Amino acid sequence: MAELNVDLVAADRKVWSGAAREVSAPSADGQIGILAGHTPLLAVLRPGTIKVSTAPREVAVEVQVDGGFLSVDDDVVTIVVDSITEVSGRESTLA
Amino acid sequence: MAGGSQRVYKQRIKSTQSLKKVFRAQELIAASRIGKARGRTAAAAPYERAITRAVSAVATHTATDHPLTTERTDTNRVAVLVIASDRGMAGSYSASIIREAERVVARLTAQGKEVSLYATGRRAISYFRYRERELAGEWSYGSDSPEAEVAGEIADTLLGAFLAPAAEGGVGELHVVYTQFVNMVSQKPRVVRMLPLEVVEGVAVPGENDALPLYDFEPSPEGVLDALLPRYVRSRIFSFMLEAAASELASRQRAMHTATDNAEDLIRTYTRLANQARQADITQEISEIVSGADALAAS
Repeated sequence: MAELNVDLVAADRKVWSGAAREVSAPSADGQIGILAGHTPLLAVLRPGTIKVSTAPREVAVEVQVDGGFLSVDDDVVTIVVDSITEVSGRESTLA
Repeated sequence: MAGGSQRVYKQRIKSTQSLKKVFRAQELIAASRIGKARGRTAAAAPYERAITRAVSAVATHTATDHPLTTERTDTNRVAVLVIASDRGMAGSYSASIIREAERVVARLTAQGKEVSLYATGRRAISYFRYRERELAGEWSYGSDSPEAEVAGEIADTLLGAFLAPAAEGGVGELHVVYTQFVNMVSQKPRVVRMLPLEVVEGVAVPGENDALPLYDFEPSPEGVLDALLPRYVRSRIFSFMLEAAASELASRQRAMHTATDNAEDLIRTYTRLANQARQADITQEISEIVSGADALAAS
């Protein structure tokens, strides 16, 4: 099955990056889930929880955000967030 | 008297040595921080790239006029943001950024614009204060390690000024003066017109699939643009600040390196002079003894 290529970035660093199966994010119109093959999308995010799953029921990273936006383009998901209040899961550290 | 000049030279050598230690320490500190500053610039790049891409995607798909992208004609007030350093000891860094700022202000004033100044960094703030120039806003935040929050605060203030009505001191343009980090040996002051936004810059990424896909917008193209543009401004200002920080550290390292070299030269010169003075003293003493003995023998 096709995979999503996810980049989760904050203003001053890259928070998470990698291949994932599903992304769930709080868009302006409500929580949306994104799977591979999603139509190109640019969405504004409300405060809420972003979840990135690498396999069914396996959450790789879960963060609380204050706002931001999300773009989906050809299975490349870029999530840009203003500030992250809580992180659980693996956080990729940038050298 | 003998010994007098020797003592003076010794004192100078000592004080120059301790100064040299200070310069050397500053150089090492700057050198170690540069790597970090450049790393932070690199770490902020993905965010900026993502925002720029998104802005260009919206801009190419919608013909929406946004207040931030339209020229204002109702006011001739313009804002100039000067990004300078908090501390000196960085060679000509502060001087050249302030000179560039003055040039911009002069140019804008010549165009009949009324300039309101915004300054970051204590050097710029004290420069303008000393000359009793009014500052519309000032921030000193530790210029060698700027935080995203401060950048957000600055951006919000300036966006507020840009969107404010003319009667309440709204500005029609925003120019940013900062120091561009070309490489380790070259940093030059640069002026960027930030507002109104021109979404052409760095947008048409050549080589990539030319046609951008048709996007869905949530909640709406206007809503997305509303959320994106202020973020874009914020991230640009943050990246200017990061670049200015890297430039500051690089010029400090270079200035301190030169200062260390100069101190070494001075120490060498003074050591020579001290040796000469000592030799002169010895020669004088010998000739005194010899002439004394001669006088005794003659009598």
